[in-house]
Amino acid sequence: MNFDYSEEQQLLADSVRRFLAKEYDFESRKRIIAGAGWSEEVWAKLAEMGLTGLPVSPDYGGFGGGAVDLMSVMEAFGEALVVEPLLPTLIAARLVGRAGSDAQKKALLPAVAEGRLRMAFAASPKADVVGAPAAHKLLCLLEEDLFIVDAAEVPMKPYRTLDNMLAAQIDFSPSKADLLAKDARAAVEEAVDFATALICAEAVGAMKFACDTTLEYLKTRKQFGVPIGSFQALQHRIVDMFISYEQAKSMACLACSKVDSSENPAERARAVSAAKIKVADAARHVSQESVQLHGGMGMSDELKVSHSFRRLTVLARQFGDADHHLERFASL
Amino acid sequence: MDLSYSPEELAFRDEARAWLGANLPGELKDKGHYSKDELLRWHRILARQGWVAPAWPKEWGGTGWNVVQRYVFEEELGYSGGPPLIPFGLTMCAPVLLRFGAEAQKKRFLPRIYQGEDFWCQGYSEPGSGSDLASLKTKAVRKGDHYVVNGQKIWTTLAHYADWIFCLVRTDPTVEKRQEGISFLLMDMKAPGITVRPLILMDGAHEVNEVFFDDVQVPAENLVHEEGKGWTVAKYLLGYERMNTGRIGESKRQLAKLKELAKQKRNDFRFRDRLSRLEIELIALEITNLRFLDRMRRSGQPPGADVSMLKIKGTEIQQGLTELAVECTDPQASDEQSVALQKKYLSMRKTTIYAGSNEIQRNIIAKMTLGL
Repeated sequence: MNFDYSEEQQLLADSVRRFLAKEYDFESRKRIIAGAGWSEEVWAKLAEMGLTGLPVSPDYGGFGGGAVDLMSVMEAFGEALVVEPLLPTLIAARLVGRAGSDAQKKALLPAVAEGRLRMAFAASPKADVVGAPAAHKLLCLLEEDLFIVDAAEVPMKPYRTLDNMLAAQIDFSPSKADLLAKDARAAVEEAVDFATALICAEAVGAMKFACDTTLEYLKTRKQFGVPIGSFQALQHRIVDMFISYEQAKSMACLACSKVDSSENPAERARAVSAAKIKVADAARHVSQESVQLHGGMGMSDELKVSHSFRRLTVLARQFGDADHHLERFASL
Repeated sequence: MDLSYSPEELAFRDEARAWLGANLPGELKDKGHYSKDELLRWHRILARQGWVAPAWPKEWGGTGWNVVQRYVFEEELGYSGGPPLIPFGLTMCAPVLLRFGAEAQKKRFLPRIYQGEDFWCQGYSEPGSGSDLASLKTKAVRKGDHYVVNGQKIWTTLAHYADWIFCLVRTDPTVEKRQEGISFLLMDMKAPGITVRPLILMDGAHEVNEVFFDDVQVPAENLVHEEGKGWTVAKYLLGYERMNTGRIGESKRQLAKLKELAKQKRNDFRFRDRLSRLEIELIALEITNLRFLDRMRRSGQPPGADVSMLKIKGTEIQQGLTELAVECTDPQASDEQSVALQKKYLSMRKTTIYAGSNEIQRNIIAKMTLGL
């Protein structure tokens, strides 16, 4: 039993955090959102730090990392509310790595590892896909088979999600696509569980930000001549926020570790669903309380806490909301 | 990061589980309330094996197990369904004596606690002093080589079984800082002037009592630590290793029983989802507990205020389990099993109130962890 990150994982997390603190503060993030919705420069930097190569097999120029290796990175992304389309590429790369042919792996994965290739995955031919406008390649599940196509060949209508992620409505037709894998359902379920575990970690990071910033506010905001954090009604509420965060963090650890270690798909799925239920409940609790405890300021677009609210609202439901996962948890 | 136990830890767990399974008498399993004889019978079985006080120093009978082994054992003990080990002697009075007691006190009391020869209870709460414990009024006045004690304690768990009581008493009513006027005193329950009166709780059970002190003479040698240092002693006990606060082993057993019971409701999806959420709360609590344990193992430091989180979640889960169990019974049920489940629900409402109410636990986290 050991809940620590390894030295390498910690070093990576530290360098990601340092980079985000320096070059991805709230104002920089705002500028990126006001512009293209993601940043080539940032992407290059992420690739340079090894993030795009982290989950790619060493056979194709990556580091062969798993969900636990990415967990601290995703937590850092969650804290900084990063909008860069890293996760869509990682899911698609996981699918290529597990379901693609050798030739396809050789053609795609080294480019992903080097940061030259971005991808996204659509679970159906007409879908809203995060990261699609920035992607070079799109993977799409058609019934049981998985196809890959140049993103430029796919009609898409770009938009921004509620939490300012770059996405597109796509209309995929298989005529111009190559087959990546037949009967890919199991590979897709695995990749989605992988992504769901990472979403849990990202939500944990966003919750940490929401808890910390609310605590700071309770200590500095004065009413009736005293910091509002001196009021017991508010103290108990923020304590419950921190408890929700800790419980969610525990479940994210469980999900990431089971994705990496479990040989049994049902065991993996059960752990991931359990985690997503807890994380969804905690995300809703923490985000709502963080806004309420900020008072009117919590509603303001100017404050980062209103943006962590938006991110947590989406993350709680991305890759299945609590009800969806309750259904799956009970069926396993 | 690796969430699983090591092969050695798993072997240890299997050994503990097998031994508990083979040595826990069937008639002691899963009873709501236990007689003094039943409690002591199990205590003595564990004492003979050398496993009744794992955390004590080895010279006094401790096992020398590391924190993970101690946690695993406590969880297995809870999961076994046996009578609870009553904490007042083993994990409250004894650690205090080990830390603050005079050598003579240790020699006199510790072996008897270990062997289950003395049954202890705890005299903290008073009618006017619950959450605000430092306001306590039970008075101890020094007269020669004795203290004379007058006053009243309340909610004293199992005082009607007890041979001894450890009490917080006021030895100095004049000090400005009221905490500094409190002392920690050990009293023989057979001393003249002590009266125990039962308090029957809403499940009909006699578990707690009022204890009255009327000119009780207590030898001065029964003072622990110095006069006026009782609050320091009490605070030490609060910070003392309380890794089983979440009662995870017991809740796992109750969850397994509840799932069995809930088979009749398998088409009730509203119920099913609530049961799933509760199960997930328990999984999350277990991992949170292991995270604290891991941190503790690494730092060598006791877990501190965060333990309050385990108490809050653990008791909420314990209550949630009994609440769902009640929903598997008919509201007007007459059969023994259903009535027992309903009474258990009534009884478990105490858990969020005792040992520092969950509101007090939140105060502790707000102050100690969050700095509010």
